[in-house]
Amino acid sequence: MADGALQAYLRIAAAQARGQAQYRLSFLLDVVFSVLTGVLDTVTVVVMFRVTRTLGGFDFPATFLMAALAGLGFSLADLSMGNIEQLGQHVRRGTLDVLLIRPLSALFQLAVLEFAPRRIGRAGQSLVVLALALYLAPVRWTAPRLALLLVTPLAGALLFAAMFVATAAASFWWTEVSEFASSFTYGGRDFTAYPVTVYGPWFRRLFAFGLGFAFVGYYPALALLGRADPLGLPASAGWASPLVGLVAAALAGGLWRLGVRHYRSTGS
Amino acid sequence: MNPAGATTGDPGARRPAATDRGPTAAGVPAPRRSRADSPGHAGDLPRSPDRPRPPGPFPAYLAFIRAGFLRHLAYRQATVAATFTNSVFGFLRCYVLLAAASGALGSGTGRGAAAGYSPQQLATFVWASQGMLGVVLLWGSGELAGRIRSGEVAADLLRPVDPVWQYLATDLGRAGHAALTRFVVPMTVGALAFDLYAPRRPGTYPMFVLAVLLATLVCAGCRFLVEACAYWLLDARGPRVAWGLIATGLGGLVFPLWFLPDWLSVGLVVATPMPSIIELPLDVLAERWSVAGQCGALAVQAVWVVLLLAACRLVQRRAERHLVVQGG
Repeated sequence: MADGALQAYLRIAAAQARGQAQYRLSFLLDVVFSVLTGVLDTVTVVVMFRVTRTLGGFDFPATFLMAALAGLGFSLADLSMGNIEQLGQHVRRGTLDVLLIRPLSALFQLAVLEFAPRRIGRAGQSLVVLALALYLAPVRWTAPRLALLLVTPLAGALLFAAMFVATAAASFWWTEVSEFASSFTYGGRDFTAYPVTVYGPWFRRLFAFGLGFAFVGYYPALALLGRADPLGLPASAGWASPLVGLVAAALAGGLWRLGVRHYRSTGS
Repeated sequence: MNPAGATTGDPGARRPAATDRGPTAAGVPAPRRSRADSPGHAGDLPRSPDRPRPPGPFPAYLAFIRAGFLRHLAYRQATVAATFTNSVFGFLRCYVLLAAASGALGSGTGRGAAAGYSPQQLATFVWASQGMLGVVLLWGSGELAGRIRSGEVAADLLRPVDPVWQYLATDLGRAGHAALTRFVVPMTVGALAFDLYAPRRPGTYPMFVLAVLLATLVCAGCRFLVEACAYWLLDARGPRVAWGLIATGLGGLVFPLWFLPDWLSVGLVVATPMPSIIELPLDVLAERWSVAGQCGALAVQAVWVVLLLAACRLVQRRAERHLVVQGG
């Protein structure tokens, strides 16, 4: 079943890409714009360091590495799950029912149907930025650190995707929630671009630890650089990102299932 | 960041803002036809002393302003959601800029206190920028483009009121409502949570109000031009995304433009309309310059208002010639 699902995913994704490539100019412009959006986010971090040498106690290479790790995680999540925020519209229009009748899970279908190959532009840009950040950062490479480097963006993608899904699932109860959701999804992305130490205490507690965003870029970067955490957490916190991602995914999945059951039970 | 798309927040920047898809100008009463404007009508005949003077188009524009205001008064939930998003992004941006300011003071970089701003001025800058997002409606709603695409714009063109002024008047009404809601809430949240810079010169307050009014007009003009692309392209999504990106990045929303090299920031202020929308009004409020400087900023904004209005009228004339409404 898993093999068949993966094959179905790949086939439909390829079909989507082919279909969108028909409108070649439009597709190219979309890719360019998504790359430029990523560039703007990166340039913002760089511009901050034009006026100061340290931000939250960290210099440019460290901050850039944090932003790059988090940025790649976000663009991977945006690529796979980004369009799920349109769930509110589906619920309002009733087009979700078609997906619920089929024997595949609705979440899987939404992820597949809303696959936006144009977002691959941003993912590519994030990859380049990460390569640049690693070139600038003074990392002493060991085998465990290399493994952490490979795992962190995936764990970050899992956390961001869970945030996308959880906020979308809230649409099952209240269709207008997507307008609040962007505070946590895109707000989370902006949050992770800087060291967690720049934020005030209660704001940090909410976003960094309550929602887990500190584990997407900040702690993994500290572990890679071998730096101590000014907030007092042990060095192993950098390795906790996969765990945080999995917990978030489990919570989001549970919320989604609750939402679908609620939607079904209210009848349509 | 997302242009998205509030876009935030701005969207962030560029973050997607709430789109208004309600009935368009449904509350507008049919404006009284102005005989004096129409060629070959009673305006040609000698006026008798008993006949009352026909009303000009001015009451119609007032009606549009009122309609824009009342319409957005009805979208309470969207307004609440937008102010919530603005507040969250306000916190995010404010902490980062304050950290930049304290880092600048601590490490003694050449630019002094973060490009000439004190921490309090930066805080005012951020929170006022989030408040202004709603007033100027930086990313627009795509509504005009949708109306062009579906052909409903014909109803706007049939009215004896200039379409550009119609759009601006309705937008001013919307901006008035946003000034009471989407500006006040983030400013209050920011004032409670942070130490904001309160303008010391009494003249700054009326100057800021004027600057916001000019910024609204500049932004409305830019949005009109962007959405009018739909007359030719049928789908204005590309231009709208491009506008969202450059307005957010180069307008002063993510960082004050003075963080950039001088040649770039001055060039942007003088040669592009985007800084006139966010950056200049905020610099007026934060009293970055003396009174002369503030007047200079207002003058730059006024020049852009004139240029953009001229461009809008030109585009509208061209578009009407180009327009074919499908389906009769």
